[in-house]
Amino acid sequence: MKQAEALKNYKATRKAIGYVERQKAKPSDYKRIGFKSGLEVHQQLKTKSKLFCRCPAGIYHSDDDFDAEVIRHMRPTLSELGEYDGTALMEFKTRKNITYRLNNQNACTYEVDDTPPFHIDPEALEIAIEISLLSKLNIVGEVHITRKQYLDGSIPTGFQRTAILGVEGELQLKNKKVRLIQLSIEEDSCREISDIGHERIYKTDRLGMPLIETVTHPDMTTPDELAEAAEYIRFLNRSTGKVRTGMGAGREDVNVSCAGGSRVEIKGVAHNKWIPELSHNEAFRQWALLHIKKLIHERGIQLNKWKMSHKEIDFSMPELLATPLREKLNQRMKVVAINLPKLKGILSHFMQPGHNFAHEISHRLKVIACIERPNMTHSESFDPLLSDDDLGKISKWLGAKKNDAQIIFWGPAEDIPTALETVEERIRMAFEGVPEETRKSFPDGTTIFERVLPGSDRMYPDTDSAPIPLTVEFIDSLGKQLPPDIADRYAQMKKWGIPEDTWKYLLSKNMIPLIENICTDHGYTHKFIGSFLGHTFKNIEGRCDLHKNFFYEKIYELFRYIKEKKLEPGIAKYMMPVIYEFPDMQFSSVLTSIHFRKRDMAEIAAPIEFLYEKYQENTPKPETGDDINWLMGQIHHQAIGNVEMADLRQKIEMIVK
Amino acid sequence: MSDDIFQGYKGDALATLKKFSVRVWGQAEIHTTRGTFDGTVLPRSENDDDQHIVLKIQTGYNIGIDIVTIKKMVETGYQKANYKIPEKTFPYSDDKPNVKLFGTGGTIASRLDYRTGAVIPAFSPGELYGAVPELADICNIDTEKLFAVFSENMGPDQYKILAESIGKEIANGTDGIVIGHGTDTLHHTAAALSFMVQDSPIPIILVGSQRSSDRPSSDAALNLIHASYAAGHGDIAETLVCMFGPTSDEYGFLHRGTRVRKMHSSYRSTFRTIGDTPAATVTRKGLKIIKTEYKHRRNDKTVKIIPTFNEKVTMLYYYPHMQADIVDSLVDAGYKGIVIVGTGLGHVNRELYPALERARDKGVSVFMTLQTIWGYAHMFVYDTGRDMMALGVTPLGNMLPEVAWVKLGWALGQTDDPKKIKEIMLTPINDDITEREPYNGYLVYQGGVPEVEGFVRKFRK
Repeated sequence: MKQAEALKNYKATRKAIGYVERQKAKPSDYKRIGFKSGLEVHQQLKTKSKLFCRCPAGIYHSDDDFDAEVIRHMRPTLSELGEYDGTALMEFKTRKNITYRLNNQNACTYEVDDTPPFHIDPEALEIAIEISLLSKLNIVGEVHITRKQYLDGSIPTGFQRTAILGVEGELQLKNKKVRLIQLSIEEDSCREISDIGHERIYKTDRLGMPLIETVTHPDMTTPDELAEAAEYIRFLNRSTGKVRTGMGAGREDVNVSCAGGSRVEIKGVAHNKWIPELSHNEAFRQWALLHIKKLIHERGIQLNKWKMSHKEIDFSMPELLATPLREKLNQRMKVVAINLPKLKGILSHFMQPGHNFAHEISHRLKVIACIERPNMTHSESFDPLLSDDDLGKISKWLGAKKNDAQIIFWGPAEDIPTALETVEERIRMAFEGVPEETRKSFPDGTTIFERVLPGSDRMYPDTDSAPIPLTVEFIDSLGKQLPPDIADRYAQMKKWGIPEDTWKYLLSKNMIPLIENICTDHGYTHKFIGSFLGHTFKNIEGRCDLHKNFFYEKIYELFRYIKEKKLEPGIAKYMMPVIYEFPDMQFSSVLTSIHFRKRDMAEIAAPIEFLYEKYQENTPKPETGDDINWLMGQIHHQAIGNVEMADLRQKIEMIVK
Repeated sequence: MSDDIFQGYKGDALATLKKFSVRVWGQAEIHTTRGTFDGTVLPRSENDDDQHIVLKIQTGYNIGIDIVTIKKMVETGYQKANYKIPEKTFPYSDDKPNVKLFGTGGTIASRLDYRTGAVIPAFSPGELYGAVPELADICNIDTEKLFAVFSENMGPDQYKILAESIGKEIANGTDGIVIGHGTDTLHHTAAALSFMVQDSPIPIILVGSQRSSDRPSSDAALNLIHASYAAGHGDIAETLVCMFGPTSDEYGFLHRGTRVRKMHSSYRSTFRTIGDTPAATVTRKGLKIIKTEYKHRRNDKTVKIIPTFNEKVTMLYYYPHMQADIVDSLVDAGYKGIVIVGTGLGHVNRELYPALERARDKGVSVFMTLQTIWGYAHMFVYDTGRDMMALGVTPLGNMLPEVAWVKLGWALGQTDDPKKIKEIMLTPINDDITEREPYNGYLVYQGGVPEVEGFVRKFRK
């Protein structure tokens, strides 16, 4: 297939499956492909200690700031049926050396699995149960610590200690109820530093920090609903004021499928705003894979009869050695050409914006066979490494027929067998439809293969920990200190008349308790304080530099000061930026710095008559109201904090008339 | 209904299950004041309370239900799980050495029952091959399960059976022996076999694991690979302990059975040679000899097996102001040998002297070892030491306390004559006492010092 032809095929297949861009997609498009999605929302808890050891939580360090390194390998263990889990086998094939970097400040021997777990952190357990209660889950009678296997090395033990706190809850979104499967408390994993070839490096600062995971049923049928649910859970978690915020503190795994597709998990989405695009593309990727399956069946290719063939290209075949391939051989890599009978048009088949089916193979070569990309080219590439002529020679040498496709890949000799298996395995999966897998997300809304989706075989009890009973009295006592529901908060804000465009911001920053406190204690209206926080403060946050000593309590204190000094509350808008950047400054000094002076109405209004005369002299044909606006503009600065603007305008109007 | 269908349940929880006719392995719907829970009822661990029922829910997690909250339970199905480990035929080949693997129990030979969390000892060649296929590249393995006991339950009876079994295998012409063993008393067994099996023509390698083999980052597989290599290919025909060198998956140490000790409760690199360097390091590529003097592998099938042990031997860990009645009561209880673990260079308080004298007069052999673990008992340095020697207490140089206990039991198994016993104790058998302590035999570095931190950062622990 020539380059132009490949691009044409990509576009044609994109059209054939009815791909629409996210912005143009209508609910009917999602109905057509049977979009179905659920969430796993991870949220770090704000505790002093890690979950199973007494290391401090939340102290991070840079990649090179470490005291020691430990190296480990992960081996798959037999499941109870005597079989290895799919992910386990994949990870074992990858044969990774996993290096952990330890910093004495935030890691002990527990983190590297040289000490058994200590008792679960009680602070974390309490916060997690509070959130379970808020999520209307059925709380368990006894917490059983369970091991969940992860063989990618992200946890040095090879498993995560996790426990269910509640099952079957629900959330009330704007137009529908979303059911929750469960909420678990678990230890956070390592942060990856690098993953090149067979060497993967992690740091252990985040490892072991307490985390909760809220899992929904796959009840969301559009990307917008999905985003709404994600937002709701995030707000709910934050409403306790006991969870961490900031980069990486909240992460979502998004499970997506389309009708006839499979559950694919998009891992670690850091921003809720990425969710719609990612889930949209994933559902259509599956739809595209189902189209490939259909094409393969239409061509009458049978799984058990189909066979790919391959040959190694080396220096003995100079006529096949185009410069790029010669370079690979010079780098002591092996180059292998594969013929894929009857699969013409599949490699260039549309998958996601900018990705075709060949990308699925290339990414698996990177993850499973540990061959860094670029690791292959093929007969249907839009950005070909080899000319049509060179490809033609190779396909002839392979004995390919007209309807075949070819892949040429390269890599270190020891990785070639795994690479060949990987290519064949992925292609055979295309005969069946959509492989279950986890995928890594990118800000542009696309995803790439991360690993095979683990089966349920990977759960087993933690023999190092005893069950923890949760008594009725304990649960009841936690139930007494719960903040209101997020759905109730929305209703409250509406009732108070707080502008709707501030709602998300106020919930995401958990500012409603602050609004309530200011209004109850100092007597301002909810609408005013809500608008102040949601508009004015948000704006300040966006443009001013935050001082480390600034906390929301300062806003409460500011309004107390304004009340005490009988200032007009509009002054808050001018004082706030100064306080935000210099929170240690006294309020009186803040006033000085914005050139405030106490004046009464008579003093402020004194120059009005004189100014009005000037105005009339200079403006022969004033339009209605211009005069008053002009006068306001001249004197409103003196009025800030002293009198209300509405009162000043009234005064001006009186004088002008 | 037999009790088995309520496996592990007792008291109130058992009564609740019976009341609603729900069995272990029954699919149950449990209505509680905290909502409804669905799942499979699991057996309960014997040591847990009688107030909860364990349920495996659909997502694979286990939870407990407080019986106080239960309003109603309905059994909707039943499926008993049978935990079985698959056997795969071990691929034998003529060009590989034959290694005999003895199973004694302990962590290296256990697997987890995924449903209950119970640890199941298992050790056939087929199972081993299934779990650690690399073994087939190293040697041919034949296994024999001698006992299935945890490390702490190993004792003289097991030592004797092991020694005799080793003797038989040597006579059969095997190329090496590996013994899977729990780690807690691995070094006691290693010492016992060092004395009971002498002049072996082949390596005898004891191996364990600090993390059970059901864990993905277990050290079991690598330890077994290292041990099999050392047994099948290694040239050191001694009783050795093979365990992790650093905590990292890098290399193993081969420690002499008489000089090794478990030094950390949970670290992978817990076994250390005390007062000397390890005999060698081992990786899956081969051995690197550290101590150049050792007993080489031979082609013959001769070996001395001396499987004796007198159980009337004890160890006394000295503490300040220890009272004489402690020693008296040991003597009165018929103990024939006492290993004192003394302070400093080998001391106990004066209050014990009369009791020690009485012990000597009753024919009890008393020896001195050290709480300091490292170093020699030097009883000539202070008067107190000389006084004690006069009371018949014999210092054992740098013999480790546990090794001394084993050796004394073994010696007492051979003779009652205190003179002969003293002679046996003071005649080193494979370095239980060494003539000299090299400067690098005591390396316990302390953190916080820049050069140590630099070293640790550069070389993996």
